[in-house]
Amino acid sequence: MSLDRREFLKLTGLFGLGIGVSGVNLLLRSRVDAREFVTPSGSLIAKRWAMVVDIRKFRTAEDYKRVIDACHSIHNVPDFGNKKDEVKWIWTEEFEHAFPGQQNRYLPEWVIEKPFLLLCNHCDHPPCVRVCPTKATFKRKDGIVMQDPHRCIGCRFCMAACPYGSRSFNWRDPRPFIKKRNPEYPTRQIGVVEKCTFCAERLAQGLEPACVEKSNGAIIFGDLADPNSEVRRVLSNHYTIRRKPELGTQPSVFYIIGGEENA
Amino acid sequence: MLEKALSGSRRYWTWIIILLILIGIGFINYLRQFKLGLGITGMSRDVSWGFYISQFTFLVGVAASAVMLVIPYYLHNYKKFSKIVILGEFLAVASVTMCLLFIFVDMGQPMRILNVILHPTPNSILFWDALVLNGYLFLNIVIGWATLHAEKKGIPPAPWVKPLIYISIPWAISIHTVTAFLYAGLPGRHFWLTAIMAARFLASAFASGPALLLIVALLVRKYTKFDPGREPIQAVGKIVTYAMITNVFFFLLEIFTAFYSNIPGHKHSFEYLFAGYEGYGKLVPLMWLSIILAIISLILLINPGTRKNEKTLVIAALAVFFSLWIDKGFGLVIGGFIPNPFETVTEYWPTLPETFITIGVWAIGFLILTILYKVVISVRESIGNLEAEH
Amino acid sequence: MYDGGKIIPGLIIFLLIITYPFYTNIGKPVAEIKPDLKTPEIERLEVKECVEPKAFMRAEHMKLLNEWRDSAVRDGNRVYINSKGKNYQISLQKTCLRCHSNRDKFCKVCHTYAGVKPYCWNCHFAKQEGKG
Repeated sequence: MSLDRREFLKLTGLFGLGIGVSGVNLLLRSRVDAREFVTPSGSLIAKRWAMVVDIRKFRTAEDYKRVIDACHSIHNVPDFGNKKDEVKWIWTEEFEHAFPGQQNRYLPEWVIEKPFLLLCNHCDHPPCVRVCPTKATFKRKDGIVMQDPHRCIGCRFCMAACPYGSRSFNWRDPRPFIKKRNPEYPTRQIGVVEKCTFCAERLAQGLEPACVEKSNGAIIFGDLADPNSEVRRVLSNHYTIRRKPELGTQPSVFYIIGGEENA
Repeated sequence: MLEKALSGSRRYWTWIIILLILIGIGFINYLRQFKLGLGITGMSRDVSWGFYISQFTFLVGVAASAVMLVIPYYLHNYKKFSKIVILGEFLAVASVTMCLLFIFVDMGQPMRILNVILHPTPNSILFWDALVLNGYLFLNIVIGWATLHAEKKGIPPAPWVKPLIYISIPWAISIHTVTAFLYAGLPGRHFWLTAIMAARFLASAFASGPALLLIVALLVRKYTKFDPGREPIQAVGKIVTYAMITNVFFFLLEIFTAFYSNIPGHKHSFEYLFAGYEGYGKLVPLMWLSIILAIISLILLINPGTRKNEKTLVIAALAVFFSLWIDKGFGLVIGGFIPNPFETVTEYWPTLPETFITIGVWAIGFLILTILYKVVISVRESIGNLEAEH
Repeated sequence: MYDGGKIIPGLIIFLLIITYPFYTNIGKPVAEIKPDLKTPEIERLEVKECVEPKAFMRAEHMKLLNEWRDSAVRDGNRVYINSKGKNYQISLQKTCLRCHSNRDKFCKVCHTYAGVKPYCWNCHFAKQEGKG
């Protein structure tokens, strides 16, 4: 059989059309009608989530530990026991390390020595989101900077970009290093980045973030866009500072340092 | 033409086998890393990029430097480069391949690497870097192969090659600019946050790349019948001289800004690298070695007598290459992470498996380079034989 | 043809190698795959139905899971309204694996047969793993 050019083109066209139709068919086959994805009723909703850490109210080592343990045990954060592989979502640093450049040696002793609680700042302009090549880290409409561990390729560009050291990488398999597993929350696997999520999964259940719940009122959480919210009330009544404001990231975690009552 | 790489002398095959063994060792170690995670490297929460990414950064420069041969030959009609311009292009091919491999071995989840294409994110510099690197690889393979093929047949290259060559010139600049932007756009990493980063990258690239080319060209002359000629090598030597002077100048500019302004954040990494910071100074000896090599190279390069003498010129080229390898293939990336955002120090040193993987990738690069150069040389030798017969 | 003596035997050897699975399996019975649906949790259900019809789930559960994943993690929509209008919490651990508490006899049976290794359980706990 010999084909002339015209016939050959016709056949090729038909063949292509066939592939196209079956492709579309494949796509449509998977559809089930009338499905929807919605936000759970009763979930906590805000335009711009923010947090105020009232450092005055953290008095004993136990106050910090309770908050940190709550977060790390709920989220199956592993404890490798060494600094190299360390994974942490919320932790403490001294003032000079939490706010480098703002320390001076004449500060009150309690400021110099007091541990500050640090976590992801959920910035308005997060550099980590800017650099991520796969949108594995992204900013939600309510301001939460999320990490999608399913999509993360482990390039660690976000870790280089974050000026707050908020991100941890799973250098090894974290599972053997989780002391007590929370079966309600997944772990992470080798080779992905993780960090604080402002407890997005708890907000969806109508619960405040774990650290807020366990802080006995020392951490205030709420909607920055709502002038009547508690965070706004606290912010308008106290002098607060944020970490590295000069970088323009606009952190949404604020700190009340206070003074007199501790002096 | 590729079949020409399949027949060679005993020395050629010994070299190939050595490379294959190194690749094998690297691969076995990579399989271990693949299974156990990047925890087998020296990287940490604080120094989250290490040897792999710094090799990548250094090699982007070597790749980009092909343009230093392409510009004189194709734009200024400098005919003496006609024999070595293809060596530059194929050096670029080998280097870019190594770059891509170094990015790959650095991934925590390498199986998902196509997510970069599946979820394209133009606001990420890494996305653009992947684009320009792959484009540059493609350009150099096509250009190199097409011109060599034409040379073999004794005809001028096809007309479509010229536009590709012209495109490859700004493209070379782009790969190193984009790579510099990976670093220079990050808030809070003072060491990298400098507008001169891309320029400094290019200057060091145009010194280290041609220096390597010069060394390889002399090796080619020593072990094969193909002689690149004395004059082109002298010309490359001059390119290295200018670029190295510019590079050192840019480095001194950084030092001035950091230390005259006296801003602590801008000084810290320099202090860590060259003097030690808060008692930590693992990289200090290495960084000073880099400086000493740079000084030696400048003395040998600037002095016309030693530059014109090929024996001292090759020493200068080696000094340039290793000085810049330490500077960019080590200090620049590691130094940016020290001190960390809390102004505390976690030091870094590559582990053994990490070193083997790194050597393995370099060996792959040299294997590609050897095969491509072998093809070039065999083609040249057969042309030479034909001419001799006539 | 140049080197026909090498090329043709080479091609034949190549064909023999790549068709190896076919001619070694001719006539052999097809392995039966029976995912086990009997778990205490499913037995307890009054209406024994999944989030979508069985045929759909069998063919498309991986796509549905991908949609669930993106919806919950990326859009924050953690409730799924199925084709019958019924609501489910979007959670692999709390919804899917609550009923299918027998990963090894349910999920793994087909996955092993099909030779796929989804990485779900690198992070998400199968029921029996959650303790301790």
